[in-house]
Amino acid sequence: MLRVDNLSKSFGGLTVTNDVSLSLQAGERLALIGPNGAGKTTLVNQISGFLGADAGTIHLQGEDVTRWPAHRRVRQGLVRTFQISKLAFTLSAVDQVALAIHQRDGSINNMWRRKTSYGPVLDEARSILDALQLGRLAHTTPSEMAYGDQRLVEVALALALKPKVLLLDEPMAGVPKSEAQLILDALERLPADLAVVIIEHDMDLVFRFAQRILVLANGAMLAAGTPDDIRRNEVVRAVYLGKAGQL
Amino acid sequence: MQTTSALPRMASVPQRFSWHVYVIGLGLILALYWFFPGNTLIMTRIAIMAIFVMSLDLLTGYAGLATLGHAALYGAGAYAAGLCAKFLTGDPLIGLAAAAGAGALLALISGAFLVRYQGLAFLMLTIAVVEIMHNLASKMQHITGGDDGLSGFAIDPLFGRFEFDIFGVTGYWYSAIALFLCYVVLRRIMSSPFGLCCEGIRENRDRMSANGTRIYPQLLKLYVLSGAFAGIAGGLSAQITQVVGLDSMGFTLSAEALVMLVLGGAGNLVGAILGTALFTGIHHFAATANPFHWLFVIGGLLMLVVFLPRGFVQAALKRLARRVADLAGRSA
Amino acid sequence: MPQLSNILIDGVVYGMVLFIISVGLSVTMGLMRFINLSHGAFAMAGGYVAALLIREQGWPFGAGVALAVLFTMTLAAVLETFVFRHLYKKSELQQVLFTIGFTFACIATANLLAGAYIQTLPLPEWMQGSVALGARTLPKQRVVVVAAGALVVLLLWLLVARTRFGIWLRASVDNAGMSSSLGINIRLVQCATFAIGAGLAALGGVLGAELMPLEPFYPLKYLVLMLVVVTVGGLGSISGTLCAALFLGIVDTASRYLASDFGNLFFYAAMILLLAIRPHGILRR
Repeated sequence: MLRVDNLSKSFGGLTVTNDVSLSLQAGERLALIGPNGAGKTTLVNQISGFLGADAGTIHLQGEDVTRWPAHRRVRQGLVRTFQISKLAFTLSAVDQVALAIHQRDGSINNMWRRKTSYGPVLDEARSILDALQLGRLAHTTPSEMAYGDQRLVEVALALALKPKVLLLDEPMAGVPKSEAQLILDALERLPADLAVVIIEHDMDLVFRFAQRILVLANGAMLAAGTPDDIRRNEVVRAVYLGKAGQL
Repeated sequence: MQTTSALPRMASVPQRFSWHVYVIGLGLILALYWFFPGNTLIMTRIAIMAIFVMSLDLLTGYAGLATLGHAALYGAGAYAAGLCAKFLTGDPLIGLAAAAGAGALLALISGAFLVRYQGLAFLMLTIAVVEIMHNLASKMQHITGGDDGLSGFAIDPLFGRFEFDIFGVTGYWYSAIALFLCYVVLRRIMSSPFGLCCEGIRENRDRMSANGTRIYPQLLKLYVLSGAFAGIAGGLSAQITQVVGLDSMGFTLSAEALVMLVLGGAGNLVGAILGTALFTGIHHFAATANPFHWLFVIGGLLMLVVFLPRGFVQAALKRLARRVADLAGRSA
Repeated sequence: MPQLSNILIDGVVYGMVLFIISVGLSVTMGLMRFINLSHGAFAMAGGYVAALLIREQGWPFGAGVALAVLFTMTLAAVLETFVFRHLYKKSELQQVLFTIGFTFACIATANLLAGAYIQTLPLPEWMQGSVALGARTLPKQRVVVVAAGALVVLLLWLLVARTRFGIWLRASVDNAGMSSSLGINIRLVQCATFAIGAGLAALGGVLGAELMPLEPFYPLKYLVLMLVVVTVGGLGSISGTLCAALFLGIVDTASRYLASDFGNLFFYAAMILLLAIRPHGILRR
């Protein structure tokens, strides 16, 4: 599904991504963890096309997308969410999800049909929101929502694009404990055939959710393997948690 | 650039615009003529400017692109219509098509370059474009008449029957119906997925890119659309007044249009019409022999508008309408 | 070729005036992110007060100019504290609209107080006539303007690079929030910067009175000019403003001499070109 080979990137003298490789099958859940500044978001930026890599290749379903601009990768099914929500603040949730659907099926270029006449699109938008327990907020704008719900809207938008590979950048970031469960539920209910990469700091979530874990530090891969492997890995414990850490 | 005010968001005018409203609109056009037959000139002026300001609303209200160079497109339309009447045919509808075409073409050429930019750089570049166009129009005297303006062209009667005379009756109906039709068309277009896309671009460009939308082509399409309608406004002005002045391509006109738009509320086309009517009305009453007094009024108005909550005019009107409805309900 | 050197000299003079007037606007826009389209009003105010004092009240040139600058700075400080500061949080469009309105009010006020005619600023003895510099003779007034410009550049550099205030200023431009939490009195920096910028504009208005005549519509007439210089130079960049002002001043003067038919076409073409290559300013990346 997704194959990243020897990806590298430097800013001047600072190497932010150092020969990173990973591969992902359909339906796999991969967690990307590492201390702050390890280069996790930078890696996701490069995979999704928001940042250009210096070296290495990225293949999506066999196609080389390394030089492709971000919007083209999205159309091929490579979708990401952002650490800080990027939402249209005065458009209602259903409008935004519908917009994503319009973009996906090409109807966004229609300049004459009223957007309210697109029954199937609106139905799909509402069902995506319902699946994420956002049904009651369909006509609310993000500026009127709790932050946890905003993060969920972002996930809804990602799903509306019918991704094949989904990159989630810290979906729990900034979400108060009281709202965290909503997001956890949403993550559990992601489509089974979707390949997911999730960046997270919340270890409970990571160990519950991931089938494989990749540990990044200083831009390079420190360790990779199943959650058990990582749990027992001495180097990871030292780097990530300090000697007194308990996993 | 976002402030959440306590007042309802501008574009919450219902999407399913029932035909009642259109009938009321047409009725209003008729009523205005019926009750104020002597004021056709100013009402015509309002109608023409309203089309221009609506076209500006597309860019500034819907897509979030503040521009101070929109008059270039208006002027292109005006000169095109004048030149069409002078050298090709006096038929007003063909002239109007030429005006729309000229506006769209200039928008395509300048937009292809401009739309790559945002914010202050974009604003400055639009100013540059209108200044350059103004300059060109001024220098190309043999075509545009320079400072004296383009004149000496006659417009044929509309549909072969309705003459454009100094009483301005035909002019009024021509421009008022044009305003109505332009509103209907633009309203329809901006209620489409494309319109939603433009609003998305205004709200968060990164989000649109993350959805896979290519921003540049969409904005360029909008720019050309806006240019066509600005051109129509210019063309109407040329045909009805039968003269085209250099000021139709000036920075001042662009600035005035922006003021009218903000006054009435940007983002739903209705505000454009309201703002134009309000501004023109105030101008009419405040204009005295000394042009500087007008500057005090408009200056004060501008400063006030900024500190009033967004959509003040429309919200105030809504409250008024509700109160009237209450009264009507109670006395019934 | 005498014409080339004429163009250069006049261009540099024009550029210097533009720089002195616009540098305050650039720093204000960089520091407070405040688009002040009424900046020209300060230049006008300075010119008007100087003209009033020198021409009507018979004050000596130096004293008149000094007081005009001080007056403008005070006026600017008051305005910033009570009016403009409330606009910093508002959107670009709102700032544009408010300051355009304010400009209109200033124009109307100027007309109310002093009529619609051009205000003349009589030059003092020591600025009249010519002076020989090497092989050429130059009008003294031009020399004074360039010297003043150079002095302003030097003083600004000293202020920014060598004083505590300069450190505060640079820190605040880079990151206002951080600076504030480090104990830098942001409000003071903002107000002082605004006042200094206005004072410089006043000085520029006086020095440039021959090139840019003082009349009520002054702020609007030269608004675009100032904005171009500031945008091309890069917001908040003093050296950028200097480069942009000089470059555009020379281009405009050259086109006036060599291709006057085209009016300010070349000026705007130059601006478009520069903005296209460097949308964030000449010296920025």
